[in-house]
Amino acid sequence: MIEHIDSALVNWSRAQFALTALYHWLFVPLTLGITFIIAFMETLYVKTGDPEWKKITKFWMTLFGINFAIGVATGIILEFEFGTNWSNYSWFVGDIFGAPLAIEGIMAFFMESTFIAVMFFGWNKVSKKFHLLSTWLVAIGSNLSALWILVANGWMQNPVGMHFNLDTARNEMLDFWEVLFSPIAINKFLHTITSSYVLASIFVIGVSAWYLLKGRELLLAKRSIIIASIFGLLSSLFLIYTGDGSAYQVAQKQPMKLAAMEGLYEGSEGAGLILFGMPTPGKQINDGKDDYVFKFEIPKLLSVLGYRNADAFVPGVKDIVEGGFEYEDVNGETQLAISALEKIEKGKLAISALSEYKKAKEVKNIGLLEESLKIFRENFKFFGYGFLNDPNSIIPNVPITFYSFHLMVGLGFYFIFLFIAVIILIFREKLIEKKWLLRILVFTIPLAFIASLSGWVVAEVGRQPWTIQDLLPTVASVSQIDASAVQITFWLFTVVFTVLLIGELKIMFKQIKIGPNEGGH
Amino acid sequence: MDLTKEDINMLESISHLLLQQYWWIIISLLGAILVFLLFVQGGQTLIYTLGKTELERRLIVNSLGRKWEFTFTTLVTFGGAFFASFPLFYSTSFGGAYWVWMLILFAFIIQAISYEYRSKPNNFLGAKTYESFLFINGVIGTIFLGIVVATFFTGSDFSVNEMNFSKWEGAAMGLELVLNPHNLSLGLAVLFLSRVLAILYFMNNIEDENIFIRSKKQLIINAIPFLVFFLVFVIWLMFIDGFAYDPVSKNVSYESYKYLHNFLQMPLVLIIFLVGVVLVLFGIGKSILKVCTNGIWYSGIGTILTVFALFLLAGFNNTAFYPSTFDLQSSLTIENASSSKYTLKAMSYVSLMVPFVIAYIWYTWKLINNKKIDAKEMEEDIHIY
Ligand code: HDD
Ligand code: HEM
Ligand code: HEM
Repeated sequence: MIEHIDSALVNWSRAQFALTALYHWLFVPLTLGITFIIAFMETLYVKTGDPEWKKITKFWMTLFGINFAIGVATGIILEFEFGTNWSNYSWFVGDIFGAPLAIEGIMAFFMESTFIAVMFFGWNKVSKKFHLLSTWLVAIGSNLSALWILVANGWMQNPVGMHFNLDTARNEMLDFWEVLFSPIAINKFLHTITSSYVLASIFVIGVSAWYLLKGRELLLAKRSIIIASIFGLLSSLFLIYTGDGSAYQVAQKQPMKLAAMEGLYEGSEGAGLILFGMPTPGKQINDGKDDYVFKFEIPKLLSVLGYRNADAFVPGVKDIVEGGFEYEDVNGETQLAISALEKIEKGKLAISALSEYKKAKEVKNIGLLEESLKIFRENFKFFGYGFLNDPNSIIPNVPITFYSFHLMVGLGFYFIFLFIAVIILIFREKLIEKKWLLRILVFTIPLAFIASLSGWVVAEVGRQPWTIQDLLPTVASVSQIDASAVQITFWLFTVVFTVLLIGELKIMFKQIKIGPNEGGH
Repeated sequence: MDLTKEDINMLESISHLLLQQYWWIIISLLGAILVFLLFVQGGQTLIYTLGKTELERRLIVNSLGRKWEFTFTTLVTFGGAFFASFPLFYSTSFGGAYWVWMLILFAFIIQAISYEYRSKPNNFLGAKTYESFLFINGVIGTIFLGIVVATFFTGSDFSVNEMNFSKWEGAAMGLELVLNPHNLSLGLAVLFLSRVLAILYFMNNIEDENIFIRSKKQLIINAIPFLVFFLVFVIWLMFIDGFAYDPVSKNVSYESYKYLHNFLQMPLVLIIFLVGVVLVLFGIGKSILKVCTNGIWYSGIGTILTVFALFLLAGFNNTAFYPSTFDLQSSLTIENASSSKYTLKAMSYVSLMVPFVIAYIWYTWKLINNKKIDAKEMEEDIHIY
């Protein structure tokens, strides 16, 4: 069915998707968060009538506009890349996956772009109230676009609400609501938007801290910091809560990802959560080496995180490949895990039953038809494994997943301390004296972006080799084109996006230097 | 009356067919609106032709700058809706005509930042570069979208296997489509149409004597090539063999004068087409002959009707809308390329929101566009590109 897949093609296609997605994600979270911060500010303007609030609102709006434009530029490419580079995937899941993308366009993007126009051009043309409403609708619209795309992504991590149609050879939707309200999707959405609020808060605080260091725009800086730090602190508390929810979902639905996040090869009961550590470089299953060069862990926390039970067994990479441990299935019944090798065999059975079914249908052999249908149904759960040959190929890149995860979590806690410190100091009117802290605040801006990107690396690298968990591996998803074509577009994207990024940064820095007083040009 | 199992099956497939047709109509409508909105692209190729001073160019860029997002978002939604309703088209065409789509995408990437960054201080590449980005987007975006739509009638070389995985057999991964003169004629027609529409739009939207006079002159210069390329395409279309499929056996075969037959067998589509063409010409003619600013309304609505009819011509009346010249039986029809009935139904509920979306777009635009854009506005302190 897929005869020979050129591994260079797969790798370049992955690299290209990773590149473009990461670039998109450089701009999206700021949009998601700063639109709300702007909406708070404008609300205060409309409530108090204080022109200073209007100036503050317009200043952050200018920065938002610069960021938004490039977010749009990098987004369109992702949507079309599903077709250009992942065409098999697009067919296999298009029946489900296309819907959120279309809804996103109809519901969210039009809302965003219409009301952004009012936000930017409408100051003197519409009433204050309508302008405020538009600003809020921009914030809501951008967060709605996050919802739909994350529903799509959540579905890839844990396909629900569908069945496989043998005649069309693809997954078809059975229940829209199940897709929309899948716990993975909801958690993903909440975690992602809250993380974006945190990021935007840090951005606003960092830029304001720079003004304080320079002794400029003191009122703007102070007011912005108050809003952003309170918003940031509340969001980051919620962020931990939703992050914990995400980890729980991962443990339930993607145990291999959890093992990779923790660098856990050998599973255990009452497993601890690594606080710091270094996974052994080059570690393989059964190579006799320790999992870690060193580690510092909080006992039992991983079991609690993943299974809400301090003594629960957390399977490691080795356990999942080799099988043989007990786990509770969705119905609460205890099951014995089977090995990756058996899953591969079952997957191959499902695939060959599918072609038997097609043949039987052609020659109208009812007996064979029903027989192959039965085999297919029994083994469909492992369909995707049939495309694989080596049991070890179900292991994602452990070090990348591990470090990204720990970086994200570590930074998350660091941000909380920072927000608390800023709140205390700003209300005591002492923040401006603490030059060292102001400097730290400025340099924390890039860290927020790093935390956010790392989160995606965990989510996406950690689910390898699957594009659709257990059903479709990456190798079977790509378009059958020349690897060289993908290489060319990869480099083209690298150059174009990097040039645009440099342009964006230069304009952004310049606008910050100019400050709020010279109009919104 | 008791329904037998056969009856139920038949009802099921009829209602699936209805949904497929409904979605083809939506796709056609989105495509038609998109082609109309390409006036933004057309306008981008005229910045220097119509604007001789810095202020004039600024008026033009700002006039377009308040509309570009609609074209862009419509393109995105068109893509999303095509993906959701006819995923096999999405995977076949995008993964196959790789270079054509990639070029279109590049052209749109560089557009999205150009308005925002063009006149900002310290913008790294300089205003001229951003203007050239706009120009490139205007030329590539229109011609290549036209070429892709033309392949709905001329076909491409691809095959779809029994797993519905598709493979492009064309040697140049889409670039071969550009060399086909029929595709090219539609591509160029779209380019010049977009310029004509842009001119009519400027005449309506910008308060400036000089731009108005130059626009009028350019209108004739662009209307002629548009008509030539458009007529070449349409006349040729009436004479070629089209791709018909048998509704029962689903077999695809060539049929002489297929698209002419489609017009005759679907007189409503023919009427829409003719009304559309007449409106386009009327808008152009009126603007050339009289001092008038509302030509864009006639030509704009005319464009939407014409393109809408062309899409219906490609997909209805048992016609394969994405034909394969490599293997006729791999051709895509609205029946074999569509999503499942459930998804189409769910999406149909979502489509009920579209009138609401159009209504609020309309309302807000009336609020902020109640007067023409003029030099005075460029001096005020509001967001200016
Ligand atoms: C500012 C950014 C940021 C911060 C500080 C955190 N996260 Fe996060 N995290 C994200 C930004 C993010 C993200 C970018 O939003 C991700 C990527 C994919 C996703 O669903 O959200 C993500 C993914 C993600 C995943 C993977 C979900 C999946 O694979 O589907 C887990 C388990 C966590 N996070 C857990 C946490 C925990 C326990 C944190 C503790 C403080 C935390 N994150 C802080
Ligand atoms: C929510 C929408 C998203 C969807 C539907 C999605 C889908 C995909 C697909 C189809 C691939 C290629 C196939 C594969 O390698 O398995 C991929 C890979 C990848 N994506 Fe995502 N992605 C999404 C968001 C993101 C974002 C926002 C980022 C980054 C910030 C990201 C980072 C990556 C990375 C790093 C890879 C490469 C993983 C690898 O091949 O090892 N993704 N994603
Ligand atoms: C790989 C999957 C993704 C695809 C296909 C995609 C697609 C797009 C497209 C086409 C645009 C431009 C829309 C326009 O015309 O205005 C866009 C912008 C945007 N996307 Fe994505 N996107 C992806 C990932 C994400 C994720 C994961 C999020 C949020 C969680 C997100 C949130 C946004 C937002 C807020 C915008 C508005 C522009 C901006 O501020 O950057 N996208 N996206």
